[in-house]
Amino acid sequence: MTDISHEKSLVDSAPIARRSRARRWLSHLEGPQTFGSGIAFWTIFVLVVAAACAYPFFADGWTVGNAAYFLVWTFMAMGLSVIWGYAGALSFGQTAFFGLAGYAYGVLTINVGETYGFTFIALVIAVALAGVFAAVLGYFMFYGRIRGVFIGIVTLSVTLVFETFMAQTAGPQWAIGSARLNGFNGMTGMPPLTVPWFGGDIALWPDRPLYYVLLALTVIVYLGLRMLLNSRFGNVLVAIRENPERAEMLGYDIRLYQLLAFVVGGALAGLSGVLYTAWGQYITPNSMGLTAAALPVVWVAVGGRRDITATLIGTLLVLSLFQTLTIYGSQYALVAMGALLVLIVLLAPEGIVLGFANLVDRLTKRRGA
Amino acid sequence: MDFFSTAFAIIYQFGDAFAFLVLSAAGLAVIFGMMGVINLAHGEFIMCGAYVTVAVARMGVPLPLAIVAGSIAAGLVGLVIERLVIRHLYHRPLDSIVATWGISLIATQGVLIVLGSTMQGIGTPLGSVQVGALSYSTYRIVLMAAAVLILLVLWLLFYRTRYGVIARATIAAPQMARALGVDTRRVYALTFALGAALAGLAGGLYAPTMTLVPTMGATFIVESFVTVVVGGADIFLGAAPAAAILGVIRAGLTAWQGQFFGQIGLLVAVILVIRVLPNGLSGLILGNRR
Repeated sequence: MTDISHEKSLVDSAPIARRSRARRWLSHLEGPQTFGSGIAFWTIFVLVVAAACAYPFFADGWTVGNAAYFLVWTFMAMGLSVIWGYAGALSFGQTAFFGLAGYAYGVLTINVGETYGFTFIALVIAVALAGVFAAVLGYFMFYGRIRGVFIGIVTLSVTLVFETFMAQTAGPQWAIGSARLNGFNGMTGMPPLTVPWFGGDIALWPDRPLYYVLLALTVIVYLGLRMLLNSRFGNVLVAIRENPERAEMLGYDIRLYQLLAFVVGGALAGLSGVLYTAWGQYITPNSMGLTAAALPVVWVAVGGRRDITATLIGTLLVLSLFQTLTIYGSQYALVAMGALLVLIVLLAPEGIVLGFANLVDRLTKRRGA
Repeated sequence: MDFFSTAFAIIYQFGDAFAFLVLSAAGLAVIFGMMGVINLAHGEFIMCGAYVTVAVARMGVPLPLAIVAGSIAAGLVGLVIERLVIRHLYHRPLDSIVATWGISLIATQGVLIVLGSTMQGIGTPLGSVQVGALSYSTYRIVLMAAAVLILLVLWLLFYRTRYGVIARATIAAPQMARALGVDTRRVYALTFALGAALAGLAGGLYAPTMTLVPTMGATFIVESFVTVVVGGADIFLGAAPAAAILGVIRAGLTAWQGQFFGQIGLLVAVILVIRVLPNGLSGLILGNRR
């Protein structure tokens, strides 16, 4: 048996290796670190995606643009789930990466323009910038071996200082190239994401096309994170969360793993920042303030931080709840968010979605047995 | 004379930064050092103290009494919040941060709804003194004295009273303290209330110098966190020397480059310190002594 496979691999090794590696990664789509497996789960998944694809045909442009706005935030939430839920390091400063990438996208596109698909190059550069900044900050934190709560405090301080910095950049001397930073009022006038096309570029205004691009990105990032978290990397992250000393004694460099998780989370927050800036063609220092920094923590805590699916569902639920509250109760929305956060932590520390899923799981198992 | 006035200007700048750091960090440091809980609603306790102080002072009560009233009000609020929320989260430090953040959101927005976006303040009392060519606010010199006085009182409280002995015993060995008949829950509750009262005191002391807005807690929060992170768990060996060092950095950079670079300097200092001294200054001092 082994001989045959060995011979085979000698004859035509590269494609087989590639195919099996691809298959191994696909097999990571389900595993111990993510909720949901088997035919039933994936059927529901396909149905939900299909429903999401069909949705714009039954809604007007504004509502679709609004749904796209919700999708913008899911990346930052999923990134925080990786850092907090899986790696066990609570970062309060995801908005720092969000703002950095958002401003970077603005500066790049205002200076270069939107032709030849440059907006997408700017997206990549801005996200990479957020990733590099996360790597530098993470190096000092994780290689300095600072403990749990301090990570939250340092990241929070970073985002608050960013906010202070951007808020005082009013005046013409604060400009990068032709991009004015505009202090507290924020930066405007950058182009939306623009697809180069024969016979004229297609600008993705907050409407159906942008919705589909964001939906595709959400699905790709979601499935990609599922594969990453069920791979060896994800297993080690969870091992570190459960018991850092044990993971270290088993020979894993926990600093490196946590740093990598932090970079993934930072880059995803950056992606949200770019998409937000491109969605509304503006970004303000407020997006890095104390309230803004609290919101991702609310979404992830409410959904269930220890599972990427729960985080995704929870984020969309809380965002739509928050918007409804803002429309009907306007100023009470933030009070309700705060109360929700306190109650979740006290009563359902696993999060609503994950707690509900576990409940269903237990009930169906009991019936089966 | 010229040398003297320059020296006074430098000392004044440093003392101002030091007082701000000590006063804003004291409450946070007590709660963190004693209980390991990071209180993200710290800024809102400061805000509470400031609002009550101003409200009481405008009823005609002398300012020192009003400040005490603000401090007591914040302490009582702290007692209630400890009973309702914090008590259930002692074994989950990350969750207690998240919960206190929720409280902070409720408090900030709640005050905004109830009392409006700003409250009429009271002017800075005591006028100013003239040293050399420049004049300095007397009240800020009082604040510096208050910072030193508070450190002294805290030291007396923790090292010279029965509560202090019991509190330190509870921190060092909770099980042993409980075995000896100490009601550790009550100690935690009192400690949290003390931290909240210290925050309220800081708010009350700074209330005459600031604009009263519901988000005023945020102006203190970076500085107080930075001081506690650099200082580590012990308030006397950590937070106080950290405030002194950071005070030098901030006063120097502010005088040289302006307010914003003072803040950036603090942040860079923190990131460097955690890389070199993960347990803060108190870890370094205690580690060398051992």
